[in-house]
Amino acid sequence: MNRIIFILILCTSTLAIGQNVLIKNGTVLTVTKGTLAETDVLITNGKIAQIAKNIKKEANYNEIDATGLYVMPGIIDAHSHIALDVVNEATSPVTAEVNVGDALNPLDVSIYRALAGGVTISHAMHGSANAIGGQCETIKHRFGEINPDNLRMQGAPRTIKFALGENPIRTHGEGSKIVPNTRMGVEQIFRNAFSEAKIYAKEWDDYKNGLRKSSPEYNLRHETISDILKGNILIHCHSYRADEILMLMRVLKDFGVSKVCFQHVNEGFKVAPELAAFGASASVFSDWWAYKFEVYYSTAYNAAILTRNGVVTSINSDSDELIRHLYHEAAKTQRYGDLSDDEALALITINPAKQLGIEKMAGSIEVGKDGDIAIFKGHPLSVYAIPQMTLVDGAIKFDINKDPDDMRLDINPSEKFSSFYETDKSQENNGCLQDVSEMLMQESYAKYLRFRYSKNHSH
Amino acid sequence: MKTLNIFWIFSLIFLVNVSLLAQQVQKAEKGPFLLKNGTIHTITKGTYLGDILLKDGIIYEIGAVKTDATNITVIDCTGKHIYPGLIDSGSKLGLAEIEAVSVTNDFSEHGDFIPHMKALTAINPNAVAIPVTRVNGVTTVFAKPEGSTFPGTGALVDLFGYSPEQMTCGSERVVMKFPSTGRRGRWDRRSDDDIKKDAEKALKNINEVWASALAYAKIDSAAGAQKQTWVKNNPQMDALLPIVKGIQPLFIEVNSKADIEEAISWVAQNKLKAVFMGVAEGWRVADKIAKAKIPVITGPIMNTPRRDNDRFDAAYTNAGKMSKAGVKVAIRTDNAENTRNLPFNAGFAAAYGMGIDEALKAVTINAAEIFDVADKYGSIEKGKIANILVTTGDPFETKTKIEKVFIRGWNIPLESRQTLLYDEFLERNP
Repeated sequence: MNRIIFILILCTSTLAIGQNVLIKNGTVLTVTKGTLAETDVLITNGKIAQIAKNIKKEANYNEIDATGLYVMPGIIDAHSHIALDVVNEATSPVTAEVNVGDALNPLDVSIYRALAGGVTISHAMHGSANAIGGQCETIKHRFGEINPDNLRMQGAPRTIKFALGENPIRTHGEGSKIVPNTRMGVEQIFRNAFSEAKIYAKEWDDYKNGLRKSSPEYNLRHETISDILKGNILIHCHSYRADEILMLMRVLKDFGVSKVCFQHVNEGFKVAPELAAFGASASVFSDWWAYKFEVYYSTAYNAAILTRNGVVTSINSDSDELIRHLYHEAAKTQRYGDLSDDEALALITINPAKQLGIEKMAGSIEVGKDGDIAIFKGHPLSVYAIPQMTLVDGAIKFDINKDPDDMRLDINPSEKFSSFYETDKSQENNGCLQDVSEMLMQESYAKYLRFRYSKNHSH
Repeated sequence: MKTLNIFWIFSLIFLVNVSLLAQQVQKAEKGPFLLKNGTIHTITKGTYLGDILLKDGIIYEIGAVKTDATNITVIDCTGKHIYPGLIDSGSKLGLAEIEAVSVTNDFSEHGDFIPHMKALTAINPNAVAIPVTRVNGVTTVFAKPEGSTFPGTGALVDLFGYSPEQMTCGSERVVMKFPSTGRRGRWDRRSDDDIKKDAEKALKNINEVWASALAYAKIDSAAGAQKQTWVKNNPQMDALLPIVKGIQPLFIEVNSKADIEEAISWVAQNKLKAVFMGVAEGWRVADKIAKAKIPVITGPIMNTPRRDNDRFDAAYTNAGKMSKAGVKVAIRTDNAENTRNLPFNAGFAAAYGMGIDEALKAVTINAAEIFDVADKYGSIEKGKIANILVTTGDPFETKTKIEKVFIRGWNIPLESRQTLLYDEFLERNP
């Protein structure tokens, strides 16, 4: 009963968007404007209104005492699959028409667990089964909301998932015996899809300009891809090997597309100068490697090499486990490559914000930005750091001292306890190839997936 | 013309030299080494400033070492910290090279009752992940098979050497998966009844195996007592003999609360020595585990809760809760290529209730005791194997640099394929 009341409170509290709160006397890690000792952060109507010492609290403001604590911008994960009911529309090498925003699940307890790791925004992505996958959704972790639409981050640009290498090859080439079965085929999937969309866009232009009498047939797939070509949708491309990264940049150049963030990009370090010259960004794992062949020649120094070569780099989770300690993943760049505190923190704040096109609204503690804040005991880059409180739009969404243990929003009334999962659920219910298993019953592939289910990695 | 020739000859010599340098592989150095004036974290005998002499593969002397021997390499450790090498008590390092490429995996043989399959046979001393792991301060791992009820015998190995003989720590242990009443994942759509039936059936099978093993041990003892030559071919049963006879513990993978309770009574009923592995819900029954005096190997610490209704930090706090209840706890990564994250797993356990001292024990002396090698491993004491780290600070802290790694007294190059790629690509040419 208590739990139900608590949930009701949670739900109602979030309906009032934009809270007033004063965070007192913390060590403020702004990320972009240095570290400020014993400083207050004032959040008005959910936006950061003032950053200064000794701000006076007004009547309608909550106060959080952050004395002895670290106050940092809410962490942003540029690659995740939490809060999604489904991840892969693995039925064709090109599925630009679908959108994971249609499958948001606000009840996913993973959202709360991410908040408990200081993460306030994540990029809910389509999977990597298709060369051109579905559109993705940048979500705010407004846990407690039950309307899926309320997770969407207003003002965030549209994004879409691309994928290179083994995953589209396995899914379509090996699974369905169609192109792509090689990295050659993957290239031609892009060139063909882009060319078709160009023709489609021209037909519509001709129609609008009176050069054509009847309207062309509306096609959402072509429509979406022509939006990519116009620069209206940011590409986030699952990739690993240096050669395939270069391939996509060549294709994009040929079609005049300039905005791309390479995801995972384990061999990005090999082509860092090319990435920098193109203006491409990179969203990487801190240290995952060797879980499949195309990541065998990886290095945990990837983020450091990319950063030193001038590539805007972030560290992502792609996992409902890892998303809970991205602050620690970022810290690994200090062991592997000696990044400074601000450089390391940028990997999980302002840099992913840039990659998602939301850097004017999030990613640092600056006046005018969203009141998304993570408060830590211990410096967030220390292995001993413990997140204490996380705010989204100024609303407290995680409080280590007050929250009950059980934070589920969808409770099956017939079970006293939820099931025990022998395998950590994160090992099987997320990652880029989720939902592909039931479609492809090919023995070797099913075996491969079963194997992956027993592993930490699934990407 | 003549000058041109000389120019070319010199150029050639230069090029050959450069390419030789480029190909030069760093090799481990043998010592003896004198580590001077470091803060020595012995684990078992306190922390103090002093010297350590590493000689003949062992910790030869500790304290204020006075020596006039000329063949000793002196390493100034002023301002540095000295720790014993860290031990991962459960890993697949060396048994899994590339996880998705099945032919590179050697941890899962066919068969449900195959305790005679020896991990030590299949550990690849040249696995690319081994240098990647040891440069982070992990010097020893328990590499174990998995995938069935009795998947084989794991081996405790040092992460330096070119053959199993050079790597083994002399502790091989049979592992068993206790029948599970948990779900294997979201795709596991068995009914609750079916899950229960499957577990009961699996336990019945184990009990049958155990009855056979007891009978086999009796025959074996009888044959031994009568000094008869018993010509036999039953390697499975032979592998279980040391357990049935109470010489070695059985390493049992068990995770949910109900299964742990069941396993505790099964162990008591069969009067076994046992070690529990995994123990994800140990925190729910920590007192019972402590009372049964069963040590545990738990991890990974960085893990999601196994039930949706559990607190977000259930896995982080598990090791600390068991340790506080009096359970002897060691930590594992249960990983292969990222076994290097052992110190960070220990760091999280420390932060979430275990404390740094206990977490250190969990990756050193507790592990050594669990594998019955505490006379040689797990602390800095005179006569123990010289597995030693020299660091800039706390080895769990992410920022800390591991500056020296000694394994069996060898000074190991702090190099791996990952560091080589860094060296090559930080400033790429061309």
